[in-house]
Amino acid sequence: PSSSPRHDDLKEMLDSNKDSLKLEAMKRIVAMIARGKNASDLFPAVVKNVACKNIEVKKLVYVYLVRYAEEQQDLALLSISTFQRGLKDPNQLIRASALRVLSSIRVTIIVPIMMLAIKEAASDMSPYVRKTAAHAIPKLYSLDPEQKDCLIEVIEKLLADKTTLVAGSVVMAFEEVCPERIDLIHKNYRKLCNLLIDVEEWGQVVIINMLTRYARTQFLNPNMNESLLEEGGGEKAFYGSDNDDDTDDEEDKEEKEKKKTEATAIVKRKPYVMDPDHRLLLRNTKPLLQSRNAAVVMAVAQLYFHLAPKAEVGVIAKALVRLMRSHSEVQYVVLQNVATMSIKRRGMFEPYLKSFYIRSTDPTQIKVLKLEVLTNLANETNISTILREFQDDHFNDKDFVAATIQAIGRCATNIGEVRDTCLNGLVQLLSNRDELVVAESVVVIKKLLQMQPEQHSDIIKHMAKLTDNIQVPMARASILWLIGEYCEHVPKIAPDVLRKMAKTFTNEEDIVKLQIINLAAKLYLTNSKQTKLLTQYVLNLAKYDQNYDIRDRARFIRQLIVPTDKSGALSKYAKKLFLALKPAPVLESPFKDRDHFQLGSLSHLLNAKAGGYQVLPDWPEAAPDPSVRNVEVKESVPEWTKCSSREKRKEKKADKPFYSDSEGESGPTESADSDTASGSESGSGSEESGSGSESEESNEESESASEEDEEEEGKKKKKNVEKIKARKPVPETCLAVHAVFTQPPPLPVSVPQTIIPSGNLKTYELLHRITGEGLSVEYCFSRQPFSPDPHMVAVKIQFTNSATSEAKSLHVEDAKLQSGMRIKEFPEIEVLPAGETVSVVMGIDFCDSTQAANFQLCTHTRKFFVSIQPPVGELMMPIFMTENEFKKEQGQLMGMNEITEKLTLEEKCQGEHAVVQRVTTAANLSRVPCGSDKECRFAGKTVTSGSLVLVSVVTKEDGAAQLTVNCEKMVIGTMLVKDILQALTQ
Amino acid sequence: MINSLFLINPSGEMFLEKHWKSVVSRSVCDYFLEAKEKALEPEDVPPVIHTPHHYLISIYRDKLFFLSVIQTEVPPLFVIEFLHRVAEMIQDYFGECSETVVKDHMVMVYELLEEMLDNGFPLATESNVLKEMIRPPTILRSVVNTLTGTSNVGDTLLTGQLSTIPWRRAGVRYTNNEAYFDVVEEIDAILDQSGTTVFAEIQGVVEACVKLSGMPDLTLSFMNPRLLDDVSFHPCVRYKLWESERVLSFIPPDGNFTLMTYHVNAQNLVAIPVYVKQSISFFECGSDGRLDVTVGPKQTMGKTVEGVMVTVHLPKTILSINLTATQGSYTYDNGTKLLVWDIGKLNPQKLPNLRGSLSLQAGAPKPEENPSLNIDLKIQQLAISGLKVNRLDMFGEKYKPFKGVKYITKAGKFQVLTITASINKYT
Repeated sequence: PSSSPRHDDLKEMLDSNKDSLKLEAMKRIVAMIARGKNASDLFPAVVKNVACKNIEVKKLVYVYLVRYAEEQQDLALLSISTFQRGLKDPNQLIRASALRVLSSIRVTIIVPIMMLAIKEAASDMSPYVRKTAAHAIPKLYSLDPEQKDCLIEVIEKLLADKTTLVAGSVVMAFEEVCPERIDLIHKNYRKLCNLLIDVEEWGQVVIINMLTRYARTQFLNPNMNESLLEEGGGEKAFYGSDNDDDTDDEEDKEEKEKKKTEATAIVKRKPYVMDPDHRLLLRNTKPLLQSRNAAVVMAVAQLYFHLAPKAEVGVIAKALVRLMRSHSEVQYVVLQNVATMSIKRRGMFEPYLKSFYIRSTDPTQIKVLKLEVLTNLANETNISTILREFQDDHFNDKDFVAATIQAIGRCATNIGEVRDTCLNGLVQLLSNRDELVVAESVVVIKKLLQMQPEQHSDIIKHMAKLTDNIQVPMARASILWLIGEYCEHVPKIAPDVLRKMAKTFTNEEDIVKLQIINLAAKLYLTNSKQTKLLTQYVLNLAKYDQNYDIRDRARFIRQLIVPTDKSGALSKYAKKLFLALKPAPVLESPFKDRDHFQLGSLSHLLNAKAGGYQVLPDWPEAAPDPSVRNVEVKESVPEWTKCSSREKRKEKKADKPFYSDSEGESGPTESADSDTASGSESGSGSEESGSGSESEESNEESESASEEDEEEEGKKKKKNVEKIKARKPVPETCLAVHAVFTQPPPLPVSVPQTIIPSGNLKTYELLHRITGEGLSVEYCFSRQPFSPDPHMVAVKIQFTNSATSEAKSLHVEDAKLQSGMRIKEFPEIEVLPAGETVSVVMGIDFCDSTQAANFQLCTHTRKFFVSIQPPVGELMMPIFMTENEFKKEQGQLMGMNEITEKLTLEEKCQGEHAVVQRVTTAANLSRVPCGSDKECRFAGKTVTSGSLVLVSVVTKEDGAAQLTVNCEKMVIGTMLVKDILQALTQ
Repeated sequence: MINSLFLINPSGEMFLEKHWKSVVSRSVCDYFLEAKEKALEPEDVPPVIHTPHHYLISIYRDKLFFLSVIQTEVPPLFVIEFLHRVAEMIQDYFGECSETVVKDHMVMVYELLEEMLDNGFPLATESNVLKEMIRPPTILRSVVNTLTGTSNVGDTLLTGQLSTIPWRRAGVRYTNNEAYFDVVEEIDAILDQSGTTVFAEIQGVVEACVKLSGMPDLTLSFMNPRLLDDVSFHPCVRYKLWESERVLSFIPPDGNFTLMTYHVNAQNLVAIPVYVKQSISFFECGSDGRLDVTVGPKQTMGKTVEGVMVTVHLPKTILSINLTATQGSYTYDNGTKLLVWDIGKLNPQKLPNLRGSLSLQAGAPKPEENPSLNIDLKIQQLAISGLKVNRLDMFGEKYKPFKGVKYITKAGKFQVLTITASINKYT
């Protein structure tokens, strides 16, 4: 290699006796390396200085050595003895640094030396040296994979280490060398869970990800019984009113049905009880959602997503939304994961809808992902807001426009109620100035029309006209396909379009040509009189086309549709072939089912398996033996460091949980937990006596001890912050709510015009006696005006204390509300003696939506998460009107604001009295006088916005009837129709 | 984990590279440069790029790309978070993170990177620990260094790595023991054209500068901790104590650090400190339009609003503008169509106004887009959420520290939406 004169300079400086010259030379060399310049020819000159006394020079020589040793293996060997000497140094830092450099020199010949050094360092007194040993393991493994078995032994040894310093690094080594050896984790599982909070951030990420996989192999699916408890759709009802459109629901039901039967099968064998170790993991990772490190938060979030019972997963939403306010790269990754999560667990992100609103300053990839999330979150209550969000002028960005239009299309397919609104919106876009907008709209409209073509022949006509102007091939092709497919709806226009197309055929793009042929064929089959010649002409043109696909297609079609003597049996079926009923396309999220990749992983983000990705296993059918995680008391090595006391502190907590634990574990499971506690506590006992073996750590010891005291104090003060306990019964509550929708109890209604007396009101459970530890809470919508704020719905809440001791200071806290919603808390109940019952009234402004109001119900000791979800009928209050007023108002609420449904009244429900009773039970409306006895009319207005709600039921013979609802708020109207229909027909 | 790191400037020059495993040829960056070419703005470059043999994960920060090369599965956020730490570390050491600074301190940055990762796995990312190993430059020291030929590498063996409190070095000594906390709040808001709040929330951060001797154990409490809707902490904070008692209990790092960040729910109505009256309109015929913007104080809790600045991206078809400001001055870049009006302090007696005419390119249609106004502002001695520090207690040390708290409110992403009206030709 030709070395420049300048390098000779450097060599000279390196050879000098002056440290300052050497240092200067090394600095210049390292700067060259940093800039990516080649400095390998200096190797001999540099390596001579490896034993230099000056620590600064030495450090830079190490840097150089690590960079070039691989290229200059022979020369690199010269330096090895220096490091070997360093490994024996009495100073732990020198030992660690020697090992670090030695293991970074990628020279195969020294593999045995490295192996020996790692083994020795793994049993070093100093945890820092042991940490360095853990770091060295993957280095050696990548250099020589044959060392695997030996390295696994070292990993096993280091996994047993009890210091936080080592934990992260050794799990990292485990993941790189032997991730499949899950058996090595058993004995260390509880320790890792307990150390976790004190491990440094990067180690936390690696440990949490590994434990997620571990848990999937060792515990049972906590959600396997869930569907059974909830009785289908319960979970959805909990989060909000998403009565999805039919297809989705059916699919869901089927799935649930299947799960239910599976679950029943399992349940019959053994009721599901969460393994206490499973609980331990959930409990100990939860506080880390508050970490400043986005990777840690994401790791916990994915752990909860993959491992937690459904009712508990919600806690991660807030933390993920927080990450959305971070750097745009963080947002990008988080949104990818939220997009996947929001398909399975839509409810948990609904309260944070606004956080996903698109800002004009967002980078394109963020915009597209937000759009994806918004689309996933769309349901009938929020769709109008979301559509407005979509329409807001984000039309500067070409990629984004296309994505927006597709998103509108997906909302339209998923939510039947807004299909027409969306379609109208898209049709309006057809007259947009930008051709791309028009083209994309055409493609999406085509898909939507396929769902109900018969109702939209005018749109098809409109689109036919567009062929004159629009030039984007895909859009032209879509229009032609539509016209061909639904030519019966536009019998006059279709042949004309074909005529125009025949004219321009030769100038069209290939996809358009294919569709012209297609159109011709379909028209020929339905209307051969008018189009025979045109079809012949088109087929002739196609026959001589340059593209063989088009030539082939023409030949094939001619054979098929034009009957000749040669044409076989097939041509008889030509019409069936071409005009078969085609299933409407499914517009689904590209993130659907992406959760088979572990969330937060690179593979998930790319939707492709990255090298080294460990598959997230499915839950086992039956739980493997949990006793493998039991640790024998004897095994706790006396080699305790300061961390042990921290550990002890935490294991005490495992014994008497008081921070994050919470989740209602029943008795028997807890007892299994106790042997961890007892095991480790006796271990820590031994620690107390035998500690301080390492002098350099003793001051640390005292620190953590004091910390412990403080926490002890904290324990006394707030013994119970068991928040989540209330979550489990929530599905039951929903069940109750659900039941009301489907089966209104036959209530005797005396005077229909007045408000139903509260005694007949349906009560719902807010907190079950068992979860509430004796405190049970019920609520009902009292249908009385809420005097402090007329825009609030009055909710009467009844507390019953069936415990033996009094409950104190009952109050509401920490409301988690959709934006705009408000709560007027009831005045705090200071004391509720045992056995007493008390009722209070609180006001909730639901903003005219059926979104649940979530809040915490607090006693002096406990907090319970509860939620109140109003049936749509409770969102309104009665108003009085004359017949004439009613007619006038009804006349003004036509078109989109009117919904009419035909129905057959249930047997028991025929007759005016029954109808009035059922309608007023379903909705808080008052009766409007009416001249005809065939018609019942009701009026009310929504509580928040005061929008009119008018209902009329016209009865005919044999129980046939027609229900009409007029309401400014289309969504309210739609939901109300559904509820009243149900009330009248069941 | 992380194989290599490249620092790349906006023109695509790779001016620093560091490899923690075998060297990866810099040609791997071509995939990235290609994506960068395609992107309109540097922010639009996808953060994760898949190449045949590697994965490229990058961040764009301080006008630099930090590009890491990955070979196997690793959580993308792990890498992204680390890259941001690298940028923060450079900022922390040299006062700013820029190409010039990195080029000036090439060797030191390289050494820092060497310490931060071992075999691609983070080893020391805490500023406290790093600073003990490699001392940051000061003017005095750099003079001494040039004279004596020594450098900034710590000359004693370090103990930072050995602490179980990884964020605090041992043996800290100060003659003046002091602890300062800055409560900084940013308002993110979108106001519609009528001034109604579409969206508003507050992002807060508590920045600390703690210079205390020994191993102090601090407890910071707030008057109204329930205001805080969501919090995240420096690892030093005892999470569980916050959960149970709403106090921040921690052994602080030495020096500057971010103690916590928080979020105040939009539910607790966010006070909006200024209002903006604006109209941007174009005549139905012809190619002229008008702009008229007035800014005034709204809910300021009696404090002065300073540093007010209004930024508008005008429609692309604007040819020229002719405006007059009653206060402050405006600049307009015809290339980017960016109008910046620097107002300064708001005087409630005399509201600043900017008005004048806009002219469109001849024949251009009336612009369709509605430009939004971005507002910048600052209010000293006020945390707009109303958050107040109650007290700070110290345990574990005998001396009496000097304590101080400062509040400041700023505008974050503060946008006012407009609707361009059209005016019929006036005759």
